[in-house]
Amino acid sequence: MGKQTISKIPFSGTPEQEAQLRGKIDELKQQPGALMPILQSAQEIYGYLPIEVQKIVAEELNIPLEEVYGVVTFYAQFSLNPKGRYKIGVCLGTACYVKGSQDVFDKVCSCLNIGNGDITEDGRFSLEATRCIGCCGLAPVMTVNDDVYGRLVPEDIPGILAKYQD
Amino acid sequence: MYRSHVLVCGGTGCTSSGSHQICAELEKEIKKQGLAEEVKVVMTGCFGLCALGPIMIVYPEGSFYSRVKVEDIPEIVSEHLLKGRIVSRLLYQETVQTDGSIKSLNETNFYKKQHRVALRNCGVITPENIEAYIAEDGYQALAKALTEMTPQQVIDEISASGLRGRGGAGFPTGRKWSFAAANQADQKYVCCNADEGDPGAFMDRSVLEGDPHVVLEAMAIAGYAIGASQGYIYVHAEYPIAVHRLQIAIDQAREYGLLGKGILGTDFNFDIDLRLGAGAFVCGEETALMTSIEGHRGEPRPRPPFPAVKGLFQKPTILNNVETYANVPRIILKGAAWFSSMGTEKSKGTKVFALGGKIVNTGLVEIPMGTTLREIVEDIGGGIPNGKKFKAAQTGGPSGGCIPADKIDVPIDYDNLIAIGSMMGSGGLIVMDEDNCMVDIAKFFLEFTVDESCGKCTPCRIGTRRLLELLTKVTEGKATMEDLDKMEQLCYYIKENSLCGLGQTAPNPVLSTLRYFREEYEAHIKDKSCPAGVCKKLVRYSINDNCKGCTACARKCPVGAISGAVKQKHVIDPATCIKCGVCMETCKFGAIEKK
Repeated sequence: MGKQTISKIPFSGTPEQEAQLRGKIDELKQQPGALMPILQSAQEIYGYLPIEVQKIVAEELNIPLEEVYGVVTFYAQFSLNPKGRYKIGVCLGTACYVKGSQDVFDKVCSCLNIGNGDITEDGRFSLEATRCIGCCGLAPVMTVNDDVYGRLVPEDIPGILAKYQD
Repeated sequence: MYRSHVLVCGGTGCTSSGSHQICAELEKEIKKQGLAEEVKVVMTGCFGLCALGPIMIVYPEGSFYSRVKVEDIPEIVSEHLLKGRIVSRLLYQETVQTDGSIKSLNETNFYKKQHRVALRNCGVITPENIEAYIAEDGYQALAKALTEMTPQQVIDEISASGLRGRGGAGFPTGRKWSFAAANQADQKYVCCNADEGDPGAFMDRSVLEGDPHVVLEAMAIAGYAIGASQGYIYVHAEYPIAVHRLQIAIDQAREYGLLGKGILGTDFNFDIDLRLGAGAFVCGEETALMTSIEGHRGEPRPRPPFPAVKGLFQKPTILNNVETYANVPRIILKGAAWFSSMGTEKSKGTKVFALGGKIVNTGLVEIPMGTTLREIVEDIGGGIPNGKKFKAAQTGGPSGGCIPADKIDVPIDYDNLIAIGSMMGSGGLIVMDEDNCMVDIAKFFLEFTVDESCGKCTPCRIGTRRLLELLTKVTEGKATMEDLDKMEQLCYYIKENSLCGLGQTAPNPVLSTLRYFREEYEAHIKDKSCPAGVCKKLVRYSINDNCKGCTACARKCPVGAISGAVKQKHVIDPATCIKCGVCMETCKFGAIEKK
């Protein structure tokens, strides 16, 4: 599990989000092995899992915060950092890799001046190297939110990023 | 009754290249041209030939349109669907014969040698309607098991079929079930491993997206066989379409009384819940997966006790892979003898492979066990693009190994693959050509396992990291020949001492490339060169006589490593060059060489 730096962006959860989370926990906590589904819901509500959210989960489930933190940091899908408005994923699965996705990934890094798991200062883009997303026919592949771009070469990247300037 | 059906692929590959828009446009155009009562559009699961997506087939003719564009739709509707004139220009060209007639899809090279058992409904039915599944004999096997067979007979049938686990290890499925059946407990569980984590494999995803009910039916049969009333499907969270369709399937099966209490009027109760994985490769290991369902860090634990004795929530549990389950209903319905008539002596049935990498027909293929790699790559896969040479195929992902060109005629089954130092794995099959560096590939997989090692046991946590450091030294030209021996020793140490399958197999990519491509390692070490020109630290950029002295590269070079007068040949200073490749991208005359 790769290193994660914790972002300095302050937590900005609303009381509505908190009420929603507590409601969801109430609904799920009786089922066996509830922690994972609860964290998945929490991430859906907040977009990520800052320590403030983990505290609510620990308190509601009456388990130590350290246990919640242990699970959050174990799984790649759980994020301690907020995501950008546009989430970029470059597939580094084997099929994409042998067709040159590392070069595509490096190009995105240099264009945005961020690394894997980071977010740009303006909060517009975040970048992640993903595993196989299952469209190997389009390799190498990159996603920006729900848009999929396939058969890429590094030169395509600036043009694609330019589409997301709002 | 509709006179014509249009099947549009709704698998991940095709939806990524726009099949939803194709579908919407079709519906719109069909309505506009007044055909809504006559033509039905169906979104199906994966057809397999992902390289040609988006794909659609028009029945009854069976016309196979490939790489369909939204702009093509009005023409296809008005010509083909309205006037009955097939638009040959837009068909998959291999189906168009020289005399203009159209041959059936099953006669094309891609499909001819395939035999679809696990994938039989993928690309044929709509996965979001249980009645489509029932129309294809769906849930008949469950009915047969519940009403005509004892649990022991079900297990005997599966054992006799010779079905082995399709997740990679190849353990006999019937034996697994009989262990769990023999243990008495107030509660038992049936789990499905749908956490397909091998980077470059998407077989299970296609089954879940294209035929989710087959998994539910098989799990219910397994539940009956071992005496379990609850099932869990642990599914990869990065598979949103699969999760969505599974949930629909579960809801529909409950509604039809095929899950829940008193199934089909018997006293058998069985229900299934979904659990979403959260992106941890180690959770494909059975004990780790169960720990994860329990809501903890997905770390494996020592075996014994085996899951058949103490599994999920400390109760007897069986865990099978999606593709294994996809075979079960057919075996019950058509009999063990039918199934075992396919395949080799010790590997029965078929295997699905996700064919990717340097291959023309990227996609999903299902072949009888015993098919050779040559048939898969050359006949089904259509060979290597751009006239390049086949170098190796990688199977088994981060746990597997490479099959070199001189082993291309080995019949593929569990035991043969182990014998040549690879493994079946879940079914990823990545083809590599001469432009791929085998040391770099080994390093790629090691980076993956280092990243995914859960950290519980030392040989895996620290051993794989040390191994990666040694590999990195090789790719940077800093290693010595002693390092190679050290690497080999370390590989065996990790294999023998790791707690779970992840660590025990993590060195395989290194061992198999060392075995077949040792000279490539030696070239990195002795000659400080990467024969395939991949390893950045060893690559040298130089300028050849095509240089016109236009100065474009010198102006773009971020470190000022290129010098030369205008209209004179330029030179790159290797000591300053950071090998970013910008000069090569910039040069219009092909004057930059990479070696």
